[in-house]
Amino acid sequence: MVDLLADSGKQLLLGNEAIVRGLIESGVRFASTYPGTPSSEVGNNLEKMGDKAGIYFEFSSNEKIALEVSAAAASAGVRSFVFMKHVGLNVAADPLMTLAYAGVEGGMLVMTADDPSCHSSQNEQDNRYYSQLSLLPMMEPSTPEEAKEMLQYAYQTSEDLKLPLIFRTTTRVNHARGIIEFRKPLDKPAVGHFNKDFKRFVNIPANARTNRVILLEKNKKALELSERSPFNFIDGKGDSNVGIITSGVSYTYVKEFTKGADILKIGFTNPVPEKKIADFIKGKKRIIVVEELDPYLEDQVYRIMGQYGISVEVIGKRNGFLPKEWEFSPDTMRKLSDFIEVAKFPEAMPVSDVKLPSRPPTLCAGCPHRGLFAATKKAVGKKDVIYCSDIGCYTLGGQPPFNEADFIICMGGGSGAAGGFSESTDQKAISFLGDSTFFHSGIPSLISAKFNNHKFTMVVLDNRTTAMTGHQPNPGTGRHFGGVETEMVDIEAIVKAIGIGFVETVDSYDVKKVEQVMKRALDYDGVSVVISKCPCPLVLKKEKKLVPKLCEVDQSKCIQCMTCLKMIACPALMNKNGKIVVDETQCIGCGMCANVCPKDAIGVKQ
Amino acid sequence: MKYTVQIVGVGGQGVLLASMVLGNAAMKEGYKVAMSEVHGMAQRGGSVLCTLRFGDDVISPLEAKGNADLIMGFEPAETCRNLPLGNKNSVVVMNLDPVYPSMVAAGMEEYPKIKDLIASAKKVNDNVVTVEATSIALKAGKAVVANAVMIGVVAGIKGFPLKKDVLRETLKENVPEKFLDLNLKAFEMGYEYSNKA
Repeated sequence: MVDLLADSGKQLLLGNEAIVRGLIESGVRFASTYPGTPSSEVGNNLEKMGDKAGIYFEFSSNEKIALEVSAAAASAGVRSFVFMKHVGLNVAADPLMTLAYAGVEGGMLVMTADDPSCHSSQNEQDNRYYSQLSLLPMMEPSTPEEAKEMLQYAYQTSEDLKLPLIFRTTTRVNHARGIIEFRKPLDKPAVGHFNKDFKRFVNIPANARTNRVILLEKNKKALELSERSPFNFIDGKGDSNVGIITSGVSYTYVKEFTKGADILKIGFTNPVPEKKIADFIKGKKRIIVVEELDPYLEDQVYRIMGQYGISVEVIGKRNGFLPKEWEFSPDTMRKLSDFIEVAKFPEAMPVSDVKLPSRPPTLCAGCPHRGLFAATKKAVGKKDVIYCSDIGCYTLGGQPPFNEADFIICMGGGSGAAGGFSESTDQKAISFLGDSTFFHSGIPSLISAKFNNHKFTMVVLDNRTTAMTGHQPNPGTGRHFGGVETEMVDIEAIVKAIGIGFVETVDSYDVKKVEQVMKRALDYDGVSVVISKCPCPLVLKKEKKLVPKLCEVDQSKCIQCMTCLKMIACPALMNKNGKIVVDETQCIGCGMCANVCPKDAIGVKQ
Repeated sequence: MKYTVQIVGVGGQGVLLASMVLGNAAMKEGYKVAMSEVHGMAQRGGSVLCTLRFGDDVISPLEAKGNADLIMGFEPAETCRNLPLGNKNSVVVMNLDPVYPSMVAAGMEEYPKIKDLIASAKKVNDNVVTVEATSIALKAGKAVVANAVMIGVVAGIKGFPLKKDVLRETLKENVPEKFLDLNLKAFEMGYEYSNKA
């Protein structure tokens, strides 16, 4: 069993667990996040044991706030860690840019967990560019082991430079597992003191102009640190005429599946160690740059060659040998077989000749969202409606039979867009967002909609948790961990306080009733809000609060009209040769299918 | 020595627990270990793949196509879907208990016949071990210990580099106290099944 508080020994840890252990060993005393895959398990672990490790931890209501609270802690001299998925840094970019001008006193790391191949994301943006945009130092580990080792060094670097440092990971580091050696934690202060400094911390134009110069000076020092960083190292004898420059998880593929080239592995990736790179390139016949997503390192290699007057052939993305899209794997190395020795792999078995059924992720059996989507579909009927959905489990409402997602861009984005569609088209707009998303960025959209008199229906799918990322608490649930207890923030009260004229809270398991409410909401002349307040059954199961019930089909009453399947499509309902049967291993007895059955053929038994 | 296990199945089947038991056992035997897991959206009833690599010098969390030594399939259709992860010499353990995808349950797609799935795997691989893990688990006492059966089956495979007693000890450390005996019984039954197969 994983025990991140152990004194010593070694354990097989998930990258995100290794990072938590690294925080403990680095004497971090303050951490904050808004949950997002692939960074979520860092928060889940800190929620469980942060206080025992002497780390104050909070789920802030969005990434911008998470960054600001950690910035304050570090400005007061307390080592802090703010972490989020890559798109979260877009939300937090505003404070990040100017925090760089002020800098910090205690070490501060900003972890951005990027997601090449979009395993759980809406885009695969390459956040390494944020380091250049903000002029902040950046480090990137290749494995869970290195992530833990790098953290102490990164904190020291942040304090040496008095700058926050961007710690960039990718899914295959966060969700990889490796053997982690535990070391003794550093003892750092948990209570800081903010020493006022108007010129530094108050970036009015006159101060900002000076602070920009100071930041540029710090970058020169950062370059010196990068030049001598142990995390930028050459792997190999140095006598090959082919050199590979690589970083992140790509290093592991190069290291294990290619042979013969010298490898310059870069862990301190902003500023890149340009002299070290120049020295490495000199005398080589060919340089191969292996990195996922954009040619971030590659372009700097071209730049450095220009500056140092070196001309060597560079193999990478700019000449099309390696792709800019999707994550790499050992198989990617095959693309380099004209230039270096690549491991030979046995011939793979062919794809099965049997037609296999698709298995996309789906809303769970008994998920209340199913009822809301079924009712909305009925209420909408043949009306031309644009479904503006959002980031969360309810994104899965885009699948059949619901097909209720026409426009998704970002957290809270559906409700902003719904207002735009309502003003620019003759179509009706409905926005869906979850409870956590409502607190994250839905509230300003609703206020703006009221202010501008937009006409659309906002549906808050309040399942009393932040479900998709692994059931984190949010303001709607109140906080009950780390010795802090807070009250729930009431969504309906907020909506009413904004002055929305139509607000109704519904139970989505009563599909027929929700349909009536949705009809009235759609007819309302203004912004209407419907709140589906039903807890996620997975949370109830975890907390052992799920009352054991089961749906039962009375075959003598069932006319095989398939209404239940067509409307709810619950995975616990099965069509077995035309007969509806219940899969008892999945059914939670929510009764949603019973609610829509026109013949009362489905009952719920305790 | 390097050895790769690709563990495939459906969210909720215990794929992650199995990977933890095998991974920790490999660590105890002194091997280096690199693993990769699927978390997040894919866990909502979707296919789950877990890569476990161990040996003298492993660092990459992913494996090349065709290079798996063992495909540990928790679900028959998922096993067939992932055959290209291995080659004709890989061992393929194939649990025969289907988990129906939602579109199959709804009658909109068809689930292939189990015997066709077995045949399609056997056509390209001579080392297919089929097992009805759930029915063995039921004989042990409860359907939920099907994953312990699967670990037992793997432990019994000829040439599998991790020792049975180390796997057994590691399984003990990773299951709740009150289900300990049940899990061990299921593990032993899986092991015996594998020896006979």
